[in-house]
Amino acid sequence: MEARLIDELRRLLARERVLTSPEELAVYSYDGTFLESKPDVVVLPHTTAEVASVLALADRERVPVVPRGAGSGLAGGSVPARGGIVLGTNQMNRILDVDTVDMVAVVEPGVINASLQAAVEAKGFFYPPDPASLKQSTIGGNVATGASGPRCLKYGGTKDYVLALQVVLPGGRVARCGGRMIKNVSGYNLSQLFVGSEGTLGVVTEATLRIIPLPKARGTVLAVFPRLEDAGEAVNAILGAGVVPLALEIMDQTAIYCVEQYLHAGLPLDVEAQLLVDVDGDECSVTQQLQVVSDTCRQRGAREVQVAADKAESDRLWAVRRAISPSLGRLKPNKLGEDISVPRSAIPEMVRRVAAIARQYDLLIPLFGHIGDGNMHPNILCDLRNPAEVERVQAAARAIFDAAIGLGGTLSGEHGIGLLKRDFLPQSLDPNALALMRQLKATIDPNNIMNPGKVY
Amino acid sequence: MSLPPEQPPEPRIPLGHGATFAPRFASGDGPDYDNVLACIRCGLCLSVCPTYATDGVEVQSPRGRVALIRAWQEGRLELSPNLRDHMYHCLDCRACQTICPTGVRVGELVLGARAVAESQRRRGAVAGALAGFSLRWLLPHPDRLEASLVPLRLYQRLGLQRLVRGSGALRLLPGPLAEMEGLLPQLPGRPLRQELPEVVPTSGVRRYRVGFFLGCVMTLVFARSSRATVDVLTANACEVVTPKEQVCCGAPHTEEGEFEEVRALARRNIDVFESLGVDYIVADCAACGAQTKEYAHLLCDDPAYAERARAFSAKVRDISEFLVGIPLRRPLGAVPRQVAYHMPCHLAHAQKVREAPRQLLRLVPGLQLMKLNEDDWCCGSAGIYNISHAGRADKILARKMDNLRESRADTVVTGNPGCLLQLQAGVRGRGWATDVRHPMELLAESYRGGAGEQLPPLDGEKVRIDSGSPTD
Ligand SMILES: Cc1cc2nc3c(=O)[nH]c(=O)nc-3n(C[C@H](O)[C@H](O)[C@H](O)COP(=O)(O)OP(=O)(O)OC[C@H]3O[C@@H](n4cnc5c(N)ncnc54)[C@H](O)[C@@H]3O)c2cc1C
Ligand code: SF4
Ligand code: SF4
Repeated sequence: MEARLIDELRRLLARERVLTSPEELAVYSYDGTFLESKPDVVVLPHTTAEVASVLALADRERVPVVPRGAGSGLAGGSVPARGGIVLGTNQMNRILDVDTVDMVAVVEPGVINASLQAAVEAKGFFYPPDPASLKQSTIGGNVATGASGPRCLKYGGTKDYVLALQVVLPGGRVARCGGRMIKNVSGYNLSQLFVGSEGTLGVVTEATLRIIPLPKARGTVLAVFPRLEDAGEAVNAILGAGVVPLALEIMDQTAIYCVEQYLHAGLPLDVEAQLLVDVDGDECSVTQQLQVVSDTCRQRGAREVQVAADKAESDRLWAVRRAISPSLGRLKPNKLGEDISVPRSAIPEMVRRVAAIARQYDLLIPLFGHIGDGNMHPNILCDLRNPAEVERVQAAARAIFDAAIGLGGTLSGEHGIGLLKRDFLPQSLDPNALALMRQLKATIDPNNIMNPGKVY
Repeated sequence: MSLPPEQPPEPRIPLGHGATFAPRFASGDGPDYDNVLACIRCGLCLSVCPTYATDGVEVQSPRGRVALIRAWQEGRLELSPNLRDHMYHCLDCRACQTICPTGVRVGELVLGARAVAESQRRRGAVAGALAGFSLRWLLPHPDRLEASLVPLRLYQRLGLQRLVRGSGALRLLPGPLAEMEGLLPQLPGRPLRQELPEVVPTSGVRRYRVGFFLGCVMTLVFARSSRATVDVLTANACEVVTPKEQVCCGAPHTEEGEFEEVRALARRNIDVFESLGVDYIVADCAACGAQTKEYAHLLCDDPAYAERARAFSAKVRDISEFLVGIPLRRPLGAVPRQVAYHMPCHLAHAQKVREAPRQLLRLVPGLQLMKLNEDDWCCGSAGIYNISHAGRADKILARKMDNLRESRADTVVTGNPGCLLQLQAGVRGRGWATDVRHPMELLAESYRGGAGEQLPPLDGEKVRIDSGSPTD
């Protein structure tokens, strides 16, 4: 990038917030994937006006702009694939308002999800979207990827909590979409257009989010199933019995194996699945839901059912689940985490097919995730230093996508397309829908400066 | 003749470039490349790193530091003055190691990188002389250290050395020198090492023979605290042996990447303690405890010492860790204080001893433990960081002091001399009346009021680790 542009950026922002040294560029070249590509410059704005000035310059000069929150994304979304400007929002991190009457929180994009959770919980409220990356990921990144987490089965994902956004568009115009009200049909629902847009349309500089009163109690059930089919049926039976769990997580046999290799906790290796079910509500409703869930699991063939009604017990049951991701890294140096999403009825079949694909390509593919909503994370463990293995990984990934699409599902439930799944997007979308997306992109960003090369 | 229709390319997932087969300096004291590769770039460590919290830039984060080391090892970055400086910005507080889900040891990798950086630098005459003076002439010889007596001088030496090493940092000199004045506490009349008998018998029936690893700063500056440590031990069936020939544990040298020097010190300490026939070696300085527990690892390739180092490290316990593992007499004297406990990084993160000091303080009648937010965040002392990076350390300290004020404690307690100095400076700088104490002082005070029945070991040292959120 030309020196004169860097000079101009230095005039727009404080000098120390325009980074150009090789060391600084190196550490803004990655996200939570293994992809890397260096930016030409990194800017760290503090205000919407600064963001607007950067986008005006970039549009005039046709320089790519890549928004970046915490860089925890799992699709390569904030990797500057074509260089240009990385625009880091992490220093715009003020919580502007927590209003318990309107029941909204207004935040800057760099606010960390967990900081927002703490701020609203202090007032007896909660913000349900809880990606596992909540301690590091930003609200801006959550909005741009449409993040969700275990609690979303009951409460919905980020998209269900975004009421209004302030967005800076290419060229530097600032648009406010939506408002503080729950209902609003004046014009198109533009804020939702930006949810999951992965930084390809503009930069979110403020978000108005719904918050809801915090339930008083919580409990957990852990059930061990010798047969996978039974676990799948138990899921549907629980939901059918009128209980909507806060979270409903599965670990398949390979995932249990991986954790056992790491924890040596004496986990049962002969079972095909474990379910972890969290419920919440007021005290007596939790007791009742725990009863229904444990009865249902037993009736559907669970060999062992443990119930935890207090936090310490519940943490103990969750420990195994939390150990999955650390355990994976110790078996193989790399992992490719998939994020497929299928209709609920197809869950058992999808699980079976992933196991078959793992056998076919001789790979370790533990599967775990929020089975209650059909979003699953088969993780292909591999060593990228082994070229033959890389080819098998590619083939297995293709097979998993094909299987998910074949069962009426999609490529990504919550991580986004980014760079990682870009090649696969056409086969998973209706051609006219894809064309419409391209049209929208061209209208909003005619010079294709916003995160070029991503998604499409 | 028609050409066969062209196959559309199969869609592929871009997997990026993998690791290299020939990383630079992957052996010896340099950063462990396999451990570097274990970083999956999840960013979880960003949430606990004090330097990232202060600066809000990725180079000041654990993930950024690992990425820099990796790029350097893979030949994508060269060792520039910039890169070297970045390696010295890390506090080595190891909060990131506690939280990292894949076991990346960022603090240790950074120390490894410093070792390589130091070995590759042509040391300037002044810097070399200063480094030689403090690390090789002063610290390994307690008598010389004590003769120089003024610990300020020790700190000055170390601080100056770092400053001279850091590029362009000389400009900062007046600030840090002023800072050192602020750090200087009231000194005891004589170093404890000179006063303490080699063997102090237990007040009751002897159950353990315990070696006391008396840290340099403890004996010189916090003699009162270490005296209390001895009192608590002797009140609990321990005979305390404090060999006068022991030398510095090597922690300051480790921070500077001087691993050969650390090994030399380690060998001497092993020689000294081996002959004493002690059951345990107890340290009341978290940094010394962490360092001496590392001897086994440091000397694992030394045929003459590997086995002996393992035996030595296996005996080392932090004082609080030791006490919760044995039957204790109930302390009876009331210590009416409202106490906030600050976790030293070298205890909480390096040794994973988190709850033991609080378990002990709970035994003290009248003592009320107050909630201190971010109790396991670094206070900014970090060896000599508060001198070499004064401005940065000030901000980190300010955060700690804000939390301390909110706790409404009248006393802050911590088991590490660096933290004690730093917190004292923070309290003094703000004109507060808050008392800064080592936990053993409060325990000893309570024992002076009497010792009651024998309690079963508090044991159950719960390692409260707030890590490993589920992926996805
Ligand atoms: C260990 C781990 C666990 C995870 N668990 C989950 C999970 O449970 N659920 C889930 O959904 N995801 C999960 N993720 C993925 C990731 O954390 C989420 O996608 C998160 O929302 C990304 O936030 P970020 O701040 O890190 O954004 P980044 O990674 O920096 O960016 C992500 C995308 O958003 C864009 N972007 C960022 N900020 C803005 C902005 N202000 N305006 C416009 N565009 C912007 C970027 O350009 C990029 O395309 C996990 C990741 C890790 C490493
Ligand atoms: S927590 Fe560990 S794996 Fe994650 S980015 Fe930090 S060092 Fe890397
Ligand atoms: S050791 Fe402390 S300062 Fe260094 S990277 Fe880790 S958390 Fe940050």
